[in-house]
Amino acid sequence: MPVLELRKITKVFPGVVANDRVSLTLERGEIVALLGENGAGKTTLMNVLFGLLPADSGEILVDGSVVKIKSPRHAIDLGIGMVHQHFMLIELLTVTENIVLGHEPAHFGVIDFATARAKVAELSKRYGLAVDPDARIMDLSVGAQQRVEILKALYQGARVLILDEPTAVLTPQEVRELFEVIDALVAEGLSVVFITHKLEEVLAVADRIVVVRDGTVVGETTPAETDDAGLACMMVGRDVVLRVEKGPSTCGGKVLEVDHLCVKDDRHLETVRSVTFSVCGGEIVAIAGVSGNGQTELIESIVGLRRPSGGSIQLKGEDITHASARRSIETGVSHIPEDRQRRGLILEFDIAENLVLGDHRHPPYARHGIMHRRAIGEGALKRVEDYDIRTPSVHVLASNLSGGNQQKVVVAREIGRGPELLVAAQPTRGLDVGSIEFVHRQILNERDAGKAVLLISLELEEVLSLADRIYVMFEGQLVHEFAAGEADADTLGYYMTGGGSKKFGVVSDDATNDDERTEGDE
Amino acid sequence: MSDSKEGTSRGGFALKILKGVGTPFFAVLLAVALGSLIMWLSGYDAVAAFRALYLGSFGTPKAIGDTLLRSTPLILTGLGLAYGFKANLFNIGAEGQLFMGGLTAAWLGVLIGTLPWYAAVPILIVAAMIAGAAWAFVPAILKAKIGAHEVITTMMFTYIAKYIVSWLVVGPLKAPGPIPQTNQIAPSAVLPRIQSLFSPETLQSFPFLALGRAHTGIFIAVIAAVVVWFMLKYTTLGYENRAVGLNPSAAETGGISVAATTVKALCISGALAGIAGAVEVMGVHGRIFDQFSSGFGFTGIAVALLAKNHPIGVIPAAILFGALSAGAGTMQLEAEVPQKIILIIQALVIFFVAADEVFTWKVKRRQKEAVSSVQ
Repeated sequence: MPVLELRKITKVFPGVVANDRVSLTLERGEIVALLGENGAGKTTLMNVLFGLLPADSGEILVDGSVVKIKSPRHAIDLGIGMVHQHFMLIELLTVTENIVLGHEPAHFGVIDFATARAKVAELSKRYGLAVDPDARIMDLSVGAQQRVEILKALYQGARVLILDEPTAVLTPQEVRELFEVIDALVAEGLSVVFITHKLEEVLAVADRIVVVRDGTVVGETTPAETDDAGLACMMVGRDVVLRVEKGPSTCGGKVLEVDHLCVKDDRHLETVRSVTFSVCGGEIVAIAGVSGNGQTELIESIVGLRRPSGGSIQLKGEDITHASARRSIETGVSHIPEDRQRRGLILEFDIAENLVLGDHRHPPYARHGIMHRRAIGEGALKRVEDYDIRTPSVHVLASNLSGGNQQKVVVAREIGRGPELLVAAQPTRGLDVGSIEFVHRQILNERDAGKAVLLISLELEEVLSLADRIYVMFEGQLVHEFAAGEADADTLGYYMTGGGSKKFGVVSDDATNDDERTEGDE
Repeated sequence: MSDSKEGTSRGGFALKILKGVGTPFFAVLLAVALGSLIMWLSGYDAVAAFRALYLGSFGTPKAIGDTLLRSTPLILTGLGLAYGFKANLFNIGAEGQLFMGGLTAAWLGVLIGTLPWYAAVPILIVAAMIAGAAWAFVPAILKAKIGAHEVITTMMFTYIAKYIVSWLVVGPLKAPGPIPQTNQIAPSAVLPRIQSLFSPETLQSFPFLALGRAHTGIFIAVIAAVVVWFMLKYTTLGYENRAVGLNPSAAETGGISVAATTVKALCISGALAGIAGAVEVMGVHGRIFDQFSSGFGFTGIAVALLAKNHPIGVIPAAILFGALSAGAGTMQLEAEVPQKIILIIQALVIFFVAADEVFTWKVKRRQKEAVSSVQ
């Protein structure tokens, strides 16, 4: 008897059928991957299961009996736990306090923290979920916060664990750790639903793969029966080019020259330490590294959002070390920010208004401070067509677009400007395979048009498939340089975590070097 | 808007207006209903009260004039507040900027002497704008450079402005006589009453033009509303103002200086409040004294809120608040309902508009959740 069964769940939103008669079963000790593009209806289905949304029709069976799940609380009582994409933790409270929240062991209203703490420690040990029960959430890395979420579900007695895009925020190393945890969980008889759009993860971890597209289940398979190309095809409904095809690069003269650059972060710590590199026209240079090793500060100083504390930056021989963001744009630097919702878009602006951000002072969009709404509208229509932004009108608010289309707006604006240098930070974060393919194509087109591209990515696959040259950044320094084809994921991972670094072993007090890594330093 | 893609244009536009106007209208209705209930519970005749309120605000041309008179500064302060709100700035000190604008107009109005009106009026208005902007400039710089919250600083500057005026009208600028006030401004600097623009014969045949004390400052206010609307919608300045208000990080990434935009926004907000002070001096009192503003700067907050920060919407919102205060006297006189009841109704209007904000915010969040859960 399956521990969980969904029968013909249908959920309709105004204008969208999010789930159309979706059925799913989950056996004890099984890992089922729910694979689909953004917008395929995976999260809706899980929200129905977790009592966050009522289904329009269909039924849910837990241990063989039909249940009507009315609320998350009810779902938890039935043994269903969920780890959301965006963590639901209280930053100022400790790990233990967060975990027992809502189920505090108490005597006459006084919380028994000793018992709580002991139980948390016990769970943590049993499943290999390393986390300090007394640490505050705000001091934990993203990976550790996720472990807290999982512990919380286990503490509440979950037998079925739903993980919604759990790897989206993790480093490759953390992903590996998460998979170990999942294995430990199923070994103890728990069942896991793993929601994702990443093919290689599905193949690595799942027992069974259920593929959804446009709200319906389009197929079911196992890792043994298929490969990434087969899955991508099922998921998107057509053949997808997973590996970008590209010719050799030709250096058309140095575009970006960074010389002994030092940058401090918000806490006045030097996070970029004497970095020197250059990018040619017609070349994609990638900087690989674990999040928090100075990449963000490096980008911000190049695009004029942060003042360097030393060294210089030149664009085609022009000194832009202390240029403002405005001058940086006007000199020919485009920037796809790593966080599109925070830095890339003004969500309450419509698409047309977002597409001119940064160019809004210049013809044809504006003359003498007066904006030409017609020119803006026409420019937007062209971009929407050229970059395949799916929207009924250019006057739809950016907030109403899906993540993939939002990213296309940013890409369209930054590439459409015709820059000399494109700084692309995590350009495909959170996108599905179809959109990733598109964005990669655009970046390659820039390169082939003789423009310089600086790519910063945590996705090793992306770095390896796009870059002509790769630098590894570790603790604020470029510790190694590879030519295209010289590196593979394992070598990169080795250098990214401090292996082979001149600094290795010298870096005193923090345990940043191997498994323990960046706890409390994000 | 160039809706070249498809026909969202006309129907969409009408719907947008309806959506924009619908909730404030509903808020006013609810406020009137609840106000009536309060009057009834306190033993007053609500029907008579509202009849008197109406008579005193719209019942006669003179009453309409009174309403317009009181709406004029409210349009301007409301615009100032709305412009600031669009940049996510709460210029709670509009009252102080209004005092400085008024002071400047009263002082220069005496000095300009025999200049013709077409020179005198623009000079005074522009000077008052500069004074209002200057009074907002220091809080603006403090906000831009060290992040000092504008609610605190502009409020403090309001006290300073008021005390400066208090001192000047008993000291250096005091007019001869027992009353603490400045000298009467030059006749050419006075904004004439609307009815004075027409001959007695015209007024006889068109009695609705006899608008009593309403003065031509209302035209300045309406022009200002159109200008602010144009600025927000069609200029890079307005675009940057809105961008910074909605998402400063993205604006900064797009090459917009958040600090400079903040300073500009607060100064423009102050300039608008400065005009409000000037039209009060030039159109109503002819001079400045201690209590020349009955909190127009503060009521401007409510006006902007009711107008949902839309510059054109500020006009009807200001007229509503102007009418409430114009009709309050008649209400007390004829229905024997205390004037303070009007304050309750004003408060209720604000309450319901704010409640609507909370409601729409919740609905939006729910929609967003629904949308993101589709993904």
